Amino acid sequence: MSMQSDMSQSVIGADAVKRSGGRGKVVLSEGKKAERKLGLMLIAPAAIVMVAVTGWPIIYSVWLSLQRFDLRFPEKQAFVGLENYGTVLSNGYWWTAFGVTSLITVVSVVFELVLGMGLALIMHRTLVGRGLVRTVALIPYGIVTVVAAFSWRYAWTDGTGYLASLFGQDQALLTQRVPALAIIILAEVWKTVPFMALLLMAGLALVPEDLLKAAAMDGANGWQRFTKVMIPVMKPAILVALLFRTLDAFRIFDNIFILTSGAQNTSSVSMQTYNNLIKGLNLGIGATMAVLIFITVAIIAFVFVKLFGTAAPGSDQEGRR
Amino acid sequence: MAEIVLDKVTKRYPDGALAVSDVDIEIADGEFIILVGPSGCGKSTTLNMIAGLEDITSGELRIGGNRVNERAPKDRDIAMVFQSYALYPHMTVRENMAFPLRLAKVDNATVERKVNDAAEILDLTQHLDRRPANLSGGQRQRVAMGRAIVRSPKAFLMDEPLSNLDAKLRVQMRTSVSRLQKQLGTTMVYVTHDQVEAMTLGDRVVVMRGGVVQQIGAPQYLYDHPSNLFVAGFIGSPSMNFLPATLEDGTLRSSLAELPLTDRIRKLLESADAPREVIMGVRPEHFEDAALLDDASRARGATFTGQVDVLESMGSDKYAYFTLSGEQATSAELAELAADVGSADVPTSGIQLVTRISAASPARLGQSAEIWFDADKVQLFDPSSGRNLTFAGE
Amino acid sequence: MAGLGGTETLGRKSRWAILDLVVVVYALVPVLWIMSLSFKTTKTLTDGNFIPREWTLDNYKAIFQTSEFVRALGNSIGIAIISTVIAVVLGTMAAYAVARLDFPGKKALVGVSLLVAMFPQVSLVSPLFEIERSVGLFNTWPGLILPYITFALPLSIYTLSAFFREIPWELEKAAKMDGATPAQAFRKVIAPLAAPGVFTTAILVFILCWNDFLFAISLTSTSASRTVPAALSFFTGASQFEDPTGSISAAAVVITVPIIVFVLLFQRRIVAGLTSGAVKG
Repeated sequence: MSMQSDMSQSVIGADAVKRSGGRGKVVLSEGKKAERKLGLMLIAPAAIVMVAVTGWPIIYSVWLSLQRFDLRFPEKQAFVGLENYGTVLSNGYWWTAFGVTSLITVVSVVFELVLGMGLALIMHRTLVGRGLVRTVALIPYGIVTVVAAFSWRYAWTDGTGYLASLFGQDQALLTQRVPALAIIILAEVWKTVPFMALLLMAGLALVPEDLLKAAAMDGANGWQRFTKVMIPVMKPAILVALLFRTLDAFRIFDNIFILTSGAQNTSSVSMQTYNNLIKGLNLGIGATMAVLIFITVAIIAFVFVKLFGTAAPGSDQEGRR
Repeated sequence: MAEIVLDKVTKRYPDGALAVSDVDIEIADGEFIILVGPSGCGKSTTLNMIAGLEDITSGELRIGGNRVNERAPKDRDIAMVFQSYALYPHMTVRENMAFPLRLAKVDNATVERKVNDAAEILDLTQHLDRRPANLSGGQRQRVAMGRAIVRSPKAFLMDEPLSNLDAKLRVQMRTSVSRLQKQLGTTMVYVTHDQVEAMTLGDRVVVMRGGVVQQIGAPQYLYDHPSNLFVAGFIGSPSMNFLPATLEDGTLRSSLAELPLTDRIRKLLESADAPREVIMGVRPEHFEDAALLDDASRARGATFTGQVDVLESMGSDKYAYFTLSGEQATSAELAELAADVGSADVPTSGIQLVTRISAASPARLGQSAEIWFDADKVQLFDPSSGRNLTFAGE
Repeated sequence: MAGLGGTETLGRKSRWAILDLVVVVYALVPVLWIMSLSFKTTKTLTDGNFIPREWTLDNYKAIFQTSEFVRALGNSIGIAIISTVIAVVLGTMAAYAVARLDFPGKKALVGVSLLVAMFPQVSLVSPLFEIERSVGLFNTWPGLILPYITFALPLSIYTLSAFFREIPWELEKAAKMDGATPAQAFRKVIAPLAAPGVFTTAILVFILCWNDFLFAISLTSTSASRTVPAALSFFTGASQFEDPTGSISAAAVVITVPIIVFVLLFQRRIVAGLTSGAVKG
């Protein structure tokens, strides 16, 4: 032991590489300072735009939500504290919309995960026409949601649509609550399965072929290799895909707007906010709903990160929220 | 072509870490010099400072007699080959090799001629219009060399240029690098962590550790006269055997044998003011199967008897491995060397000994053998400073 | 699934071919349906047939004769292109810094952009509606371009920094050793290598802006800045009393074509762009 400590003091000892400053004092060289300056200058425009367009409005939104502010009666504007929150949270329409949004989110994300995994496996492993499948699968991702929604609407419209006639005449499915919700979910799932599949495919590519071979040698059949090897290895990719899709699904607006306009209680929280704001011109209530949605989304993200912790790549950043 | 002089060159990083400390090297015109050492020893940093890719904190770098510390890489007239080859993926082989000439605004005819000449030398003529992605590892390596030689620079800098090749190709390319350097006669500074490359390629070798130059010299000189424990252990394959030993009344006591010191060694030790506890070093080839020796030869050394753990027959000779009881020699340098080759992770007990003996030896695996070693070839080191107590160099 | 590369028998191939076919049908049917509608004559529009019995281009002629659609198309193209250019330029700067430089605030930027990526757009609609009205941005191009850039930036920073991390930066050193000035090293070596990533990002950002409906319908009030997705929902047909189905379908097909072209031409890049950011986080 003493020999070792002697060593470090020898002329040619390893002390040459020891950090002389230690961690406490970091003296920056000119080059380092220049690098910091350049880095900050480069991110400044992007950071300023993002913060200015989201940060300020969300603060403004909180302020608006504490006001009675109806554009039809501007002279009645006044600070009302949490009254708007009371109004919204005791309103049946809000809770219906909340329930509808949650239902659509959960059901569509589950379907997307299953179908997306299937599509990912097909895109990843198909022996024929891989390029074709990958290209075609991108079309739902790329297409404008409103366009797809119109396609579905006309397909289910009595007389006009090929699907409506398939499921029996004179049903007017889009005007009945349960079928309408199913169609909304169908439209949502159709559009987003490819995106889900791409995220999962990236995860699939990370599963080493040797691992699957080893599992096969160890006696695992195809299904076991999928559930016991692929899924655990892909878990981070799956969680990221789930997180992004859940938050995205919760914002659902376009499909409902085109398919039902929110009739028969198929409205989502985003639709409710829009209706209060643009149709009702009630800024106070609209802003209150905006804040509530923001809080919900934050909670979902927080729960995801907490539940899955470091398993998710990028959780480092997510953890910083 | 020019000589390169490093005069007390030091690199200290902004966070205070000292990467290279007071390096003094004089590289002669046309010399092939190797910087070698374990990872993190500062050899690549030194090379990057010569290249101009990293600033020199203090000291002076002169190329052809002129101070170049402040010059940009492009104004130093030196070429570099990178470990990853750093070929431009969007250019063909021809464009890659022509790139430095184009930047120097050389006329088209000259570019054409120089690229073709270099391609000829490196046997790349038929690949000139391919992209790097379509080349094998060895071909990419040659393109990187080609890009360096087209400019006829004052010096070549090579940063582990062969480490990405497989073992067989590496040996092949080693000889061609050597031939190329002799053919061009250009100064070359070559960084490697592979001591075999260092021994076989260089005119002189610079061994570095922890940012400090340990020893500079011709390969054979470093092998015969290592100035310290680190150089002794780093140069040579298989490496030197080290055992703890005690000096007492002109006798060297170790778990191998009790050995009377030769006159030569005794004198060296006296002038070196040796401590009592030392580390004894014996190279594998200084052992021999005692059964093959006559009495006169035996008298020049000592023998020990041990059970052969592993026996490797190389055809020309045999490697016999023994495990001796007793504590291993310990020092910071030996620990670092072990960490570098990864042997620190291999659990061992006792002292591991490697001997290279004649192919004619009757030694058998698992049986005991009497092994002799040369008393005059023993080297002794100070365990605390690592200094070679029997250093016979100048 | 998870076949281990065994023999590629005809049976296995045809099984895959069937699965491929399912995917193709899945992806194409809604698109083909809206195309089919757009080519139907007024008479056959409501016959429920998947393939038109009578073909016509009247719907296309009609929409291009209305200023409502033509202006919306102009708005869509202009707003999407301007947003894309700005978002990609700002994103490139930020992504270079994130991928290559060491500075404080890097993690904060990554965190902020992740936050923005998950931000519920509708939460912005109320305050932006009020803010833009008071500063005169409501119902103008910049009024839409600003939120588009904001929501495109996270995508652009993520994708680009993933691409930038892939660039072997040792090449920059090599170029310097080959005699290049820093500007030359950037122009001749780094820029050509970064270009594909920037291009891919531009496509993704364009698709994002082109697709938007919520902002387009909330922050516009006239055809001065209304984009096609928003305009579609206000379509009444060529004349007041006509069923707008044919016109809407035709307009829908028109704004779908560029996307299909992008997808066909740049499938590989789009996949690479969408997945690179996802894996590396």
